[in-house]
Parts: sequence; C-alpha cells; structure tokens
Amino acid sequence: MTDTATGEAPARLAAEPARAAPAPRRARLWRGVTPWLFLLVPLALLAVFTYAPIVNMVAYSFTDWDGVSPELRWTGTGNYTELLTRPELFEVFFVSGYYLAASVVQIAVGLYFATVLSFDVRFRTFFKGLLFFPYLINGVAIGFVFLYFFQDGGTLDSVLALFGRHPDHAWLGTPVSANVSLAGVSVWRYTGLSFVLFLGAIQSIPGELYEAAELDGANRWQQFRHIIAPGIRPVLTLSVILSISGSLSAFDIPYIMTGGATGTETFVIQTVKLAFQFNKTGLASAAAVVLLLIILAVTWLQRRLVPDDRVDLV
Amino acid sequence: MTRRTALRALVHLSLIGAAVVVLLPLGVVFLTSLKTPKEMADDSGALTLPDDPLNLHNYVTAFRDGHMLLSFANTAFILVFAIGGTVLIGSMTAYAIDRFRFRLKKLVVALFLLAALVPGVTTQVATFQIVNSFGMFDTRWAPIALYMGTDIVSIYIFLQFVRSIPTSLDEAARLDGANAFRIYRTIIFPLLRPAVATVVIVKGIAVYNDFYIPFLYMPSEDLGVISTSLFRFRGPFGAHWETISAGAILVILPTLVVFLCLQRFIYNGFMRGATR
Repeated sequence: MTDTATGEAPARLAAEPARAAPAPRRARLWRGVTPWLFLLVPLALLAVFTYAPIVNMVAYSFTDWDGVSPELRWTGTGNYTELLTRPELFEVFFVSGYYLAASVVQIAVGLYFATVLSFDVRFRTFFKGLLFFPYLINGVAIGFVFLYFFQDGGTLDSVLALFGRHPDHAWLGTPVSANVSLAGVSVWRYTGLSFVLFLGAIQSIPGELYEAAELDGANRWQQFRHIIAPGIRPVLTLSVILSISGSLSAFDIPYIMTGGATGTETFVIQTVKLAFQFNKTGLASAAAVVLLLIILAVTWLQRRLVPDDRVDLV
Repeated sequence: MTRRTALRALVHLSLIGAAVVVLLPLGVVFLTSLKTPKEMADDSGALTLPDDPLNLHNYVTAFRDGHMLLSFANTAFILVFAIGGTVLIGSMTAYAIDRFRFRLKKLVVALFLLAALVPGVTTQVATFQIVNSFGMFDTRWAPIALYMGTDIVSIYIFLQFVRSIPTSLDEAARLDGANAFRIYRTIIFPLLRPAVATVVIVKGIAVYNDFYIPFLYMPSEDLGVISTSLFRFRGPFGAHWETISAGAILVILPTLVVFLCLQRFIYNGFMRGATR
C-alpha cells in the first residue's frame, strides 16, 4: 500500500498554481469543512450507537435502575459485588469454557482441512463449498436442525441405532451433555469460517516455496511445519481472538435450542434476561461492563503478544 | 510410495467424513420436511425416506401459517436500507479518511478502530435505551440504524480500494473544476464497484442471518424477519417437526442459491472482511 496521505501532498501543491486564483479565505474554509461533511453521518452514528451506549452502560452499572422508571438510585459498586458474590451469576463463565474448548477443535479441524485442500485433491471446489456452507446458514435454522438432531429418536439416535447402539439418555437432558452438544453445534457452524481464513492465508504463500521445499526433499509435514505454519500466524492469532470473544458472547444457538435451561445459560443470555425480563438494567449493565473489559483485555493481550498484526487503517 | 498412497486414502476418508458430518443433519431435516404427520408418528426413525418425495404440503403450511411471505418482505426491506446505508457510509468514510488531510484525523480513525473492538452484544442493554428514546423500538428502523451504525469491516474494505485508485484521477478532475462531492460521485464511487459487491454480499448474509437484533428490537409479530418468524415456529408447531423442518429449509434455500451462484466472491469477501 502506498502512503497517499504524504504522497499526494506535493502533487496537490504542484497543482495549486494552475488554478485560477480563488477567493482564498472562502475556498480554504470550504476545503477544511469538506472532509467533515463526508464524516458527519458516520461519526454521528458512531457516537450515538457505539460510544453513547458505552458511557451510559458504565453509568447504569453503578445504579439500581430497572430500565423503565424515571428514578434511579446510585448504589456504588453494589452491582459488581453482587456479580462476584452470587455464584449462580458467576456460573455462566464456566459455560463459556465449553465453547472455548469447542473453538480449539474448530481451529484444529479448520486448519487441517485448509492444509489438505490447498494441495491438489479431487473434488476440491465441492469440498471447499461443503465445509464453508454451514457458516452461512441462518442461526435459527441451525438451532432447529440440531434440536431435531439431538431429539429422542432424532437424527443422532437413528444413526447410532444403525450401529446397534441404543443410548437411552436425552442429549440435552443433563448440563454436561447439553453443553457438550451445544458446543458441538458451534464447531459444526464455525469450522467453515476458520477453514476459509486459513485457506486464504495458505494460498497467499508463494508457490515457489513449496517447489523449492519439494526439491530439497521435504515431506508434507515438513512443508507444513516450515512453510505453512509461519505463513498463517497472523490469521491464527486472529482466529484465537475471534473464538475467545465468540465463546464469551455465545447467544443464538443456546438460546434457540434450550433457552438457557439445564445449565446452558451463557453470559449474554443471562444479561438479556436480567435486563429485559427481570428489569435489572443496573445489574445487567455491570455484567456487560465486565464482559467488555474481559474482551478488551484479551484483545490487548493479543496485540502485545503479536505486534506484527497489520492494523493499518491509515 | 505405499505410505504416500495410504496417507492419500486417509485424507480422502477424512474429507468424506466431513461431508457426512455437514450433510447428515441437513439432509435428515430435508427428508423430515417431506413427511406427513402420520409418517412422523409411526416409529420408523429419522433416517427413513418419505413415502412421497414430492409432498410439499408442509412447505405450504410453513409458508402460510408461519407468515413467511411477510417475514421475507420485512427482511428484504431491512436488507435494502441497511446495505444501501452501509455502502454509502462506508465509502464516504473511506474517501474522507484516505483523500483528505484534516485536523483530528488521527482521532477520528482511532474512534472507528476502537469501536471495532467493542462487540455489539456487550453494549446492547444501553443501546436499547437509546434506540427506545428515539422511538425506534419495535419499528424496522431500529435494526436498520444498528446495522448501518459502524460497520468497521466495510469501511476497511472500502479503504483498501480507495487507496488503490490513483490520486492523479482526483487531481485531473479537480483541475477541471470538480469539487470533492463530484469527485466522489463520478470517479471514486463507480471505481469502487468490486468493493461494493463484496460489502453487499458479506453484509447481506450477516443481516439475513441475524437473530439477536430483530429479536430484541422488533417483538411485534407483524415485524418478524425470517429468523424471528422461524423462531416463533416453536410455539404453534410445537412437536410438528415436519413443519418446523420445512420452515428451516425455506430459510436455508435462498442462502444456498446465493452461495452456489456467487461462491468465489463469497470466499473472497469473507477473507477480506475478517483479516483486517
């Protein structure tokens, strides 16, 4: 990328004398205002829908507001103490653990298939599409597909019956098996995204590198270890970040499939329930602040650990 | 060489395994959608084929009683405005950031960047109050405004493209007396067509599939979009898996068609969008 910000300045200066001498002050004023005219709407939306909510949320988190009444009382850090001391409010973080474990599987499987399919394999396009497609499916549809999958006598039971096994427990019946099942759905849904990201990264590695390695007698594993692995490092860390914040903010699938019953309540389900069912806007805001801080901390940590990340918006 | 062939066989086996894992849940739901309630009731299991493979009765029920037509219309309405807004806002922001030097530019860029780190779900409780105070709650404008809000990914995609357009084009137009808006409209925007295609696809899929925002902001039944309408199937159709399956297939079908038609662009779009 060329740096246009500095690169265009001399060009513009050179062009200047060619213009008919303009009314200098008005023209300069106009030129100063122009970029802001373009940015007016975007900045307004940014302020109203991103920054104002953050400020308000932090403010609400120190009150006992119910979200409706005009009255709100300052409660200091009461909400935060409640969050940290009521174990049932804290349990949701253990549920995130299942999704975190699922994302490890998801990244590993995605990476495996990306590697395999970046070499010549028969029906490559077909398999690429097949692996990626689940990521594009509507979350509610996925929820229903897998509700039927885990039903008594549903898809999974029928498949197991083919192999002569008749497990007689409800897959979504106990907290552990329900969470494992839901985490499995999230692997099914998101592996395609990891896969496509890795595939893109692998394909951006110049082909001569493989040829050279092949000439040197490197086998597939050595090629992976010394060419592919270093080449995809930035995408790998990106995937890790996406999975951590994704695991913490899991909502669709557990909400649609179990509504948070049998110990599958996630942080976001809990927050939504606190705020919109039990009218505890203050407490919900405190929970959201905690979640936001965790996610920002994770992101910050990643930026520290992998400084070569290409964040070059300008 | 035998080791290599063995390895090859294993690789193919794993690919077939993945295909089964992906297709089985979807395939069974498709089979279920073609069954009659009577077939569902006899204990033949989920894997049996439907008696009549052309039984579209469940689709008719799902489409009519599930108010799918209305929800497709609502979704289309939101898609048009949200995507139009995103394209306009994203390209204007990218143009302003890349082509102008102005005071506070660093701050503006930092504000957009920082916003990308804040996941929407975390601030929803407070965002809800703001949307509510504008009187947008339970209207189609709430999700439209929120989707347009700050789509940093699309801004980034546009930025990449604006950068690749040579500034000499701008300069030439400027010499001919065009002002910034004219340059944006007649030069930059038309050249951004590939970026617009990418953003339309990525954003379109995100909006079509979103559940959280319409679920929170449009509880009215007649404002259902496809995800919330499908979600409501749980109530009236309860254990009628044949109807629920038909509804799910109806929702998946457009995605499948778009995917098959635009496969290449979709991969590129997601790679470009995510590796920012």
